[in-house]
Amino acid sequence: MQHVIEVKNLTKNFKDIIAVNDLSFKVYEGDVYGFLGQNGAGKSTTIRMLLTLIKPTSGSISIFGKDLFSNREEILRNTGSIIEKPDLYNYLTAYENVAFLAKLSGKVASRSSIMEFLQMVGLSERAHSKVKTFSQGMKQRLGIAVALVHNPSLIILDEPTNGLDPQGIADTRELIKDLSYQHGKTVMISSHLLSEIELIANRILIIHKGKKIVEGSSEELLDPAKTLVEIRTTDDISAKNILLSSEWSNNLKTVKGEKILLQMDKMHVPALISYLVQNNISILSAEPRHSLEDYFLSITTPETHVEPAAV
Amino acid sequence: MWNLLQFELFKTFKKPRTYIAFGAITAIVFLIQLALLVNGKEYVQFILSSVDETLLIPYSKITNGYWICFAILNLLLIHVPILVALVSGDIIAGEANAGTLRLLLTKPVSRTKLLIVKFLACVVYTLILLVWMAFLSLFVSVLLFGTNDLVVAKEFEMVQIEKADVLWRYFAAFGFAAIALIVVAALSFFLSSISENSIGPIVATVSIIIVLTILSEMRIPIYDNTIKPYLFTTHMLGWKGFFYIDANANGQTITGSVNNLSAVFKSLGILIVYIIIFTGSAIYTFNRKDILS
Repeated sequence: MQHVIEVKNLTKNFKDIIAVNDLSFKVYEGDVYGFLGQNGAGKSTTIRMLLTLIKPTSGSISIFGKDLFSNREEILRNTGSIIEKPDLYNYLTAYENVAFLAKLSGKVASRSSIMEFLQMVGLSERAHSKVKTFSQGMKQRLGIAVALVHNPSLIILDEPTNGLDPQGIADTRELIKDLSYQHGKTVMISSHLLSEIELIANRILIIHKGKKIVEGSSEELLDPAKTLVEIRTTDDISAKNILLSSEWSNNLKTVKGEKILLQMDKMHVPALISYLVQNNISILSAEPRHSLEDYFLSITTPETHVEPAAV
Repeated sequence: MWNLLQFELFKTFKKPRTYIAFGAITAIVFLIQLALLVNGKEYVQFILSSVDETLLIPYSKITNGYWICFAILNLLLIHVPILVALVSGDIIAGEANAGTLRLLLTKPVSRTKLLIVKFLACVVYTLILLVWMAFLSLFVSVLLFGTNDLVVAKEFEMVQIEKADVLWRYFAAFGFAAIALIVVAALSFFLSSISENSIGPIVATVSIIIVLTILSEMRIPIYDNTIKPYLFTTHMLGWKGFFYIDANANGQTITGSVNNLSAVFKSLGILIVYIIIFTGSAIYTFNRKDILS
């Protein structure tokens, strides 16, 4: 499959701070590419570089097979985006915002098509109201209309559900799915709502302190066979020793802190519990951590950093 | 490019702050005209008190529309730069502060083109402001006070310009003033390009103009031939040159003449160089800037 975005060894330094560190990844045509990381991980800096707002210190970005900075206008003509929060012209109406920004993107949108986009984001009745009268959620939806009105094939969304109510979040999720599955758009999306990414992304990249931690398809990262199971017992030291001397040792992860974590197929959790009970270990809890959010936290939070077990 | 300029002008004239300058100029000109309508004779007596005893001054002829326009320009062209900075200081930094700059820069428009268009919007605003000022100070004054010969006070002499020889001088003077104000627009535009909020560039522009104007006005030899000839503020009042007229051996003024036209053009040249420097610097720095706002 052809890649739409190819980032190679991208680095951005702000004086002594390394915001993005030797980052490489590819986004393929039709992907809904989830871009995850904690606050300050370098997501927004990366997205700003993809949109030419920030110049990289080193590395290269190609979009649609062309170098981004040499073909900036051609690439941006086919790209729609929201960066962090959609700051629009508050003293203009929703209609004026969409119409003028569509023109700047190289598309003279007809009145009916502008109204169609406003209808799509539920703002047609407020088309001629000034944006300063809008709630944050309405501004977010208008930002989505502005990002889509020139019919781009690549859509880059940085935290698109910020400020939306649950219905707005669900609508945005459906909209992104629709854009990808029905219209063949490529979507790169970052969000602090990791559960949202889990629900819509087919491929995921997690970065931490500017570096790539893991990249892969959602199926791989959320593979039930790779579920992390956290065990709490009345005697964790004995439990860990018993597990180390058993066939479960390959699944065991040593953990900074007191938790016992095993990477395993969650279908085998009852067998694990039985084994520990047979060895006189009392189980307090056995909790499968299957969501991407847990996975994300387990590899980016220092206290629970997973390291391979010393067998 | 036209779409972009159209959008910039649309945005500029949708903002309430754009009209502050028009309101301020209207109020000031109206107040001056009203005062001169009521107390014009007393005012002329006051400002010509030093030559009153040696010359027979025809007060009724002096306080005509042309003279009142000259008086208004003398008062206003020093303060209008502050009003120009209100819009040009905001045009980039205001968008950076509001977050819309990043929205614009993710559109397929080059940064150079965007800056040129924004600067053109500042120029259009400055010209419209000046035309409005010309309309109020010249045409409304002429309507209210009529026309006659224009008497202009130079440093050590009075110059009388025939009525028929005045109007073209005003057009030339307003043309010159346009260039002078565009220098101010370019300065605040440059400051706007390196700033993240609009207050900074506006205050900085006003401060720079105040400091440089004081330097330009100081009669101290150490500055006279060193920095003063190169300060744009020294040349901003060069429009007055169009009202300094040549005289023949008999002391009669020569219609259509300008006393030191080459000095006027030299000032104009220096101002244009400043516009190029400020605008070029803005484009250069902005093209290398990371947009973090």
